[in-house]
Amino acid sequence: MIVAQRKSIPELIEILRGHKKVLVLGCGTCVTVCLAGGQREVGIIASALRMASKLDGQMLEVEELTIERQCDNVFIETAAEAIERNDAVLSLGCGAGVQAIAERYGKKPVYAGLNTTFLGILEERGIWTEKCSACGECVLHDYGGICPITQCAKRLLNGPCGGSREDRCEVRPDRPCAWQLIYQRLKDIGQLDRLKKIQTPKNWGPNLDGGPRIIVREDHRI
Amino acid sequence: MSSEVFEPKILAFCCHYCAYASADLAGSMRIQYPPNVRIIRTPCTGRLEVEYFMKAFEQGADGVLVAGCLEGGCHFIEGNLCAKRRVNATREILSEIGLEKERLRMVNVSAAMARPLADIIIDMVETVRKLGPSPIATNAASITENPL
Repeated sequence: MIVAQRKSIPELIEILRGHKKVLVLGCGTCVTVCLAGGQREVGIIASALRMASKLDGQMLEVEELTIERQCDNVFIETAAEAIERNDAVLSLGCGAGVQAIAERYGKKPVYAGLNTTFLGILEERGIWTEKCSACGECVLHDYGGICPITQCAKRLLNGPCGGSREDRCEVRPDRPCAWQLIYQRLKDIGQLDRLKKIQTPKNWGPNLDGGPRIIVREDHRI
Repeated sequence: MSSEVFEPKILAFCCHYCAYASADLAGSMRIQYPPNVRIIRTPCTGRLEVEYFMKAFEQGADGVLVAGCLEGGCHFIEGNLCAKRRVNATREILSEIGLEKERLRMVNVSAAMARPLADIIIDMVETVRKLGPSPIATNAASITENPL
């Protein structure tokens, strides 16, 4: 899922300065699961904004709404009336959600209330970790399901850097060395021979370097 | 009138298994504590969420006291520890808003600690009295319509 964190309240107040009526729009999908932009967080942030704006002498009027998904037209439509009756939208969706709303309401200012951070999983209660960099050309099959692009701080594809201490990463001592994990995993599943293959430099063409990516599926178009 | 002493409105979320019983005991023992607190009984402080505290301040509370069991003594094992983390998170949000975080406090008492609870309440009332009325309450129209 997409993992995000809320912006600070003073930052949000600054972003919304000049507006009188604002819709805080939550998203019921990824950011709800990562406890950053769901219905509860909408309530907390709306409360905080109301109080902060009072102290700031702004008396901001804040409406709250959470839709199922901000990156899907069907659900965005359900927010149409609320968006129309407010001066601006503070979206608590991920970056995709914010842009989806902004594109569909051309004359309405739409702001991001969250910092979209990474694609990850819930490691344990209250801890999320990054798992995928969406590089566009998955190499997980060669590394026992552990991503060297995301997990290795140096993104090495042909073995460890040599700087790790015990099983700790040289760059992030609080994290395990990705190559230690990869070796152990391949050993466990009897595929250590995969490491004998020398990987050629990765093709970063499908990555963001080539501009925004688009997928067209003719079989699903109408 | 400016000569009047400010009487803060403090909301106290009290756990059924300790602080609420303790407040009850204080009554039985004729121990007095300021009438500034409005006690809300909760099944466990672990039931409390950040939004409860936010709503209390938004609706005009000058202070919020969360009273749970002694650490290690929660009836639901670790509800009071959850509450502690949520109170701390809310205190950070209050600081961001520009409201004094001292207006929200969590304390731990047992059902037998009537006197300490009364002292805690007295101290909380004095702390909030020194901080003055909540600027949110001053501006909140709803506080006169819906007094706590």
